[in-house]
Amino acid sequence: MFAFAKPALATPADRLIAAARWRWYETAFWLGTLLVLFAFPGYLQLASQIAIVGLFALSLDLLMGYAGIISLGHAAFFGFGAYVAGIIAKYGWGEPLSGMVIAGLSAGLLGLIVSPIITRLHGIALLMVTMGLCVLLFEAANRAVWLTGGDDGLQGVEIWPIFGTFTFDLLGRTAYLYALIVLFLMFLVARRIVHSPFGLSLQAMRDNPRRAPAIGTDMGERVRIVYTISAAMAGVAGALIAQTTQFVALEVLSFQRSAEIMIILILGGTGRLFGGLIGAAVFMIARDQLATSYPQYWYLGIGALLVAVVMFARGGVMGGFDRLVRWWRARAGAGR
Amino acid sequence: MSDVILATEGLSLSFGALAVTQDVNYGLPKGARYALIGPNGAGKTTLINLLTGVFAPAAGRILLSGEDITKLAPHERVKRGIARTFQINTLFGQLTPLQAVTLAICERRGHGARWLASLRTHKDAVEEAYALLELLNLASSAERTTVELAYGRQRLLEIALALAMKPKVLLLDEPAAGVPVGESGELFDVISNLPGDIAILFIEHDMNLVFKFAKRITVMVSGRIIVEGSPREIAADPQVREVYLGRGHHHG
Ligand SMILES: Nc1ncnc2c1ncn2[C@@H]1O[C@H](COP(=O)(O)OP(=O)(O)OP(=O)(O)O)[C@@H](O)[C@H]1O
Ligand SMILES: [Mg+2]
Repeated sequence: MFAFAKPALATPADRLIAAARWRWYETAFWLGTLLVLFAFPGYLQLASQIAIVGLFALSLDLLMGYAGIISLGHAAFFGFGAYVAGIIAKYGWGEPLSGMVIAGLSAGLLGLIVSPIITRLHGIALLMVTMGLCVLLFEAANRAVWLTGGDDGLQGVEIWPIFGTFTFDLLGRTAYLYALIVLFLMFLVARRIVHSPFGLSLQAMRDNPRRAPAIGTDMGERVRIVYTISAAMAGVAGALIAQTTQFVALEVLSFQRSAEIMIILILGGTGRLFGGLIGAAVFMIARDQLATSYPQYWYLGIGALLVAVVMFARGGVMGGFDRLVRWWRARAGAGR
Repeated sequence: MSDVILATEGLSLSFGALAVTQDVNYGLPKGARYALIGPNGAGKTTLINLLTGVFAPAAGRILLSGEDITKLAPHERVKRGIARTFQINTLFGQLTPLQAVTLAICERRGHGARWLASLRTHKDAVEEAYALLELLNLASSAERTTVELAYGRQRLLEIALALAMKPKVLLLDEPAAGVPVGESGELFDVISNLPGDIAILFIEHDMNLVFKFAKRITVMVSGRIIVEGSPREIAADPQVREVYLGRGHHHG
């Protein structure tokens, strides 16, 4: 339970091998998310939105934070997943779990198809292409009114109870638990990835794309894999938003979604897994509290906060947290 | 020669009007301890970049054990046994040396794309990586992030990453570049203790080190090999004295 009660790991090799072990603060974090059910029963809808946006941010973190591939159009996959899940539910198949899986696979397939282009691009060209894909999908969804409802959004989405038993209630208990469990499972996958040889190779590509091939890394292959995984994860998040709200707004494909998720990730801290989740919570709670009362200052405030984070608190909330822990450990170590 | 492992035939490359590699025919035998010297801008690093596939030649071929590898991508050449180090540190800044070398070993084993197995299932790779770091006196720095390492340690990590590939051919681009003269000995001790069957080609400006470690020296000027020979022959060669040694020993 406590750090000092654990047997000391003998060598750096032992410690790296054990790096993926579960930490006490992770247990605490996930228990905390369950506590929301009892502590804030009136905020469960906001809480499920946070879980969903957190998953979306997690998908971007794998891409941007770990692999260093900047995407300014990640909403393409989020929105695509949302529409796929919404449309199949509207046209007769409202079973949520299979709907979510289908949506995730579809978004992943879209990512796989796009990824060969991504491997060849850098910098501004990469930004433009990722943004372009998102704009393209937005326009397509806007035009295909017969399928998507266009500007009015996709109405008439009917989601069946989970396992035929748990109906999506008005309070949002089912929705929150559903989103939370999916987020948790995806987090486990992301965690595995980060601690795998593949995860190391992503960080290696990010840190030095000139060296990576010189140790035998096939960068094209790695980009294709991570892009596909990330797109699928974003698609699952999109499916969750469609299913828990039983509605798909055209806005899921908007540029604003793409930009916001990037802001959320940078706020929370990139390359840390928890960064996206913390960023989502901070951003959405702040918006919930401030945007309604001071809408005119909301974006101004977010802009200022972002500038402050980038200039003074590199690594976002989690980065600051890291530094605090390190400082505290150093102090404790000096006192020993 | 049948024991030549890496060879070039008529290799050429130009950057615009600048001919950086001109009709280079070169052979590196098994177990070689060869040096490549020449003034700044002679095209030495470019030759390594051609051999490792960073640049594609305008003309000529590259053969590894007789097989044409001219068209292979850099990572594919690494898989076939050609490893290199960089003149200017080219490392993974946010990884620890242990992580970086572990990754290199996983790549060598073809496990680099495994995304659902944590390092717990690649235990032997991590242990091999740590053993390699111990061998290179890097064990005490194994868990620091690379950007925090002192320059000399980073130079050693350059070599560790290349060795993790268990290469047949090792191309060292000024391994001691930037390291104070007193400390370059440690680096070359490491290099001279490498397994005898690895073919090593190193670029180096310090003539003392070149004459001490090289069995054979190639002199390159303006993208062209002007002379090749034993250290004794090179030291006596009038052409070399004129174009290279004559201008002083370092960074002509
Ligand atoms: N990517 C590139 N594009 C254009 N010119 C280049 C490029 N790389 C190298 N050059 C030029 O080619 C020439 C040879 O460079 P190279 O780095 O091979 O020299 P070198 O022999 O390694 O020199 P040094 O001893 O200084 O390391 C130089 O004039 C350099 O400016
Ligand atoms: Mg050079």
